[in-house]
Amino acid sequence: MRRYALRIVALVYLAALLGAPLTMVFWRAFEHGLGPAWAAVTSDPAKHAFLITIVITLIAVPANTLFGVVTAIAIVRHRFPGKDLVNALVDLPLALSPIVVGLAFLLLYGRGGWLEELPFQVVFALPGMVLATIFVSLPFVVREVVPVLREIGTEQEQAAATLGAGWWPRFRRVTLPAICWAVAYGVVLTTARSLGEFGAVSVVSGRIVGKTETMTLHVEERFQSFDYVGAYAASVVLAVLAIATLVAMSVFKPKEGVIHGDRS
Amino acid sequence: MTSRAETLPRRARSANPGAAIGQGVATAYLTLIVLLPLAALVWKSTAGGADAFREAVTDPQAVAALKLTIAASVAVALVNAVLGTIVAWVLVRDRFRGQSVVNAVIDLPFALPTIVAGLTLLTLYGPQGPVGIDVAFTRTAIVLALLFVTLPFVIRTVQPVLLELDRELEEAAASLGATTFQIFRRIVFPNLLPAILSGVALAFARAVGEFGAVVLISGNLPYTTEVASVYIFGRIESGAPGAAAAVSVVLLVISFAALLAIGGVRRRVTRHDAVA
Amino acid sequence: MAIAAEHVTKRFGTFLALDDVSVEVPTGSLTALLGPSGSGKSTLLRVIAGLERPDAGRVLIDRNEVTNRPPQQRGVGFVFQHYAAFKHMTVRKNVAFGLEIRKQPKQQIRGRVDELLELVQLTGFADRYPAQLSGGQRQRMALARALAVEPNVLLLDEPFGALDARVRKELRTWLRRLHDEVHVTTIFVTHDQEEAMELADRIVVMSDGRVEQVAAPRELYEHPANEFVMTFVGEANRVGETFVRPHDVEFGSGDPALVERVVHLGFEVRVELRLENGEELWAQVTRDDAERLELVEGAHVRVRPRTAKVFG
Repeated sequence: MRRYALRIVALVYLAALLGAPLTMVFWRAFEHGLGPAWAAVTSDPAKHAFLITIVITLIAVPANTLFGVVTAIAIVRHRFPGKDLVNALVDLPLALSPIVVGLAFLLLYGRGGWLEELPFQVVFALPGMVLATIFVSLPFVVREVVPVLREIGTEQEQAAATLGAGWWPRFRRVTLPAICWAVAYGVVLTTARSLGEFGAVSVVSGRIVGKTETMTLHVEERFQSFDYVGAYAASVVLAVLAIATLVAMSVFKPKEGVIHGDRS
Repeated sequence: MTSRAETLPRRARSANPGAAIGQGVATAYLTLIVLLPLAALVWKSTAGGADAFREAVTDPQAVAALKLTIAASVAVALVNAVLGTIVAWVLVRDRFRGQSVVNAVIDLPFALPTIVAGLTLLTLYGPQGPVGIDVAFTRTAIVLALLFVTLPFVIRTVQPVLLELDRELEEAAASLGATTFQIFRRIVFPNLLPAILSGVALAFARAVGEFGAVVLISGNLPYTTEVASVYIFGRIESGAPGAAAAVSVVLLVISFAALLAIGGVRRRVTRHDAVA
Repeated sequence: MAIAAEHVTKRFGTFLALDDVSVEVPTGSLTALLGPSGSGKSTLLRVIAGLERPDAGRVLIDRNEVTNRPPQQRGVGFVFQHYAAFKHMTVRKNVAFGLEIRKQPKQQIRGRVDELLELVQLTGFADRYPAQLSGGQRQRMALARALAVEPNVLLLDEPFGALDARVRKELRTWLRRLHDEVHVTTIFVTHDQEEAMELADRIVVMSDGRVEQVAAPRELYEHPANEFVMTFVGEANRVGETFVRPHDVEFGSGDPALVERVVHLGFEVRVELRLENGEELWAQVTRDDAERLELVEGAHVRVRPRTAKVFG
């Protein structure tokens, strides 16, 4: 009896908070039929926003993946001055408001900032948006790879060393295969975060329609312009990407117990 | 489990130029992307002098926004502590059809952009919403939006602990005469508490800084439904980035203080794990 | 009769853990449930404790049927292989747990806990946490905790399985002495026949969910009911259809055999033999006998069993 009560409470809560809103997005987008929604999503600003989002993601994700693997190895396997600071800085993006992040970049690269005079435009342009997105999606690969590296220990790498492997072959043949699933999961999280970034890019980009808008900014812009179909249609695209992300997350999610070994 | 060597022995390290490159890259990347902008933020917040800083952070509208943000975030953290634990319990200890789908959907707030989340909540629980509930432009809307974005935190920190929890502890308590409720209160809950606290800390930190989910549904009415992030955004738009930076710094300090406090409680609660 | 299990059957999915098992345990005795992994011994213990519900059959404790009663109401003390220590509570709080649940007065609880800690030789550890204790100490604490509520029956599930060999031996002796002092009906599960032989008044030998034989240790060893019991309890050679214990192999007359290997294990010597028909067996002799009989590798000898068993 008590079990059913708990189950119902949990499911109702989740349905009201997650399920219902998600359904509504699809409903509202296609309320007036497929046509208007399609037209909205293939309009020039929408297409441009989509392009900008993709470009930013295609830069941010590989950068953070490479950084993530390198940093995870450095944190777990090596001692070096400033390691604690590195550890703390990696976690920092998760604790900061995206508005504050955007503001920080604005203050650094914008008018009166230390790096104002650069040969290319940073704020109110793509580079700023890329940097802000990299900032907010920075921690994920690191945080996924670190525990796995800790868990597998150095024995395999040491065995490879005794068999004559230098550091690069050791990395490529022993370390990398061991962490690839963790990296994959981290990449999924990083991508999702990059696609979904709103607050920081809102501040840094200046939201210039057709030039410095991402998909998320486009959604807001359409909403503020009372083009609800446009806003919901763009939201549907993002929601579909979100669902794809959830599927990818289920596939790559580290299984509890597998890493920790047998618990018979 | 035997403790494994985590760091390589010294000889292996010195023969590894990759290590030095790696450390250098990591440090440089972090400095450029994270450290420098934040340093600029802190610097600019005091650029106008101590008076300008004080003025910015004691502005009544700023104070109202901060108070609202903290109050809402605390409320949301508490709700998550209870409901998150219940959901985690149902996902781990119960069996029903579609359970794995429900488990996957929990991560939706991580996957869905916050602006879309805000839009959908507005659609559902705002004017012309199908359920007849209209909480748009109220504080309830803020709590609602924050509940959405913080949903996964407590659930995901509690789940693994519940999974690892040794059933034998509960069986031992039962054999000693404890009722189901006593077992939960005395055995299960104390072991879940550290995980719940971790989740609460994460949820609080997230809620305090949330922007996208809140900005559409709350109406952003100053003194009533304007949260700190929206206020800061407003200051930036009004061309007062210094003031915005000052309030940001205060927000940061509050966040970190809260995280430290929760971390302290958590350490105290797990002091039994330390081996003499 | 303190405990009786009557025609108990238990399945886990398609796996038949207990197949119509009936066992009686006399009051005040120290009984072992002995068998290999998968024999059903732990399942039987848990059914008696109420931690599993049987699919068929009854469980009686002191003549009362308890089959449908939860563990809280059976008056059993249970000790787990991995201690099940409440790691967030001190040793004192662990031991006091059952008494606090029963809302006994604080003074009384304190006194009883002190008494029990002395019994299990953990006085002075009262305010430590389980994480600060060794495995053996944790298990003694678990015993004190189970005894605190004065159970009618004490059930131990492979209590020394997680401990290393020396601690195991120490705790065995200790448990026997404890039982002699406290006189609670005790059942313990083990796969270690040496442990069962050393500790128990009676042994219930189980295999594949069935009871093979119930007897005192000596009886079990000297008069095993079937092939399984003979080979599981003590060592046995199989020669054709007969079973011969290694120390029952006599040298001097009988069938010709070749000494293949002689292993000196301190006082006793293990002699591996091959008969003319190719069958292998091994004999257990003392050092002196091995010398006297000149048992070396390659020697040709004659062997015959002092006694042997055949099972129909």
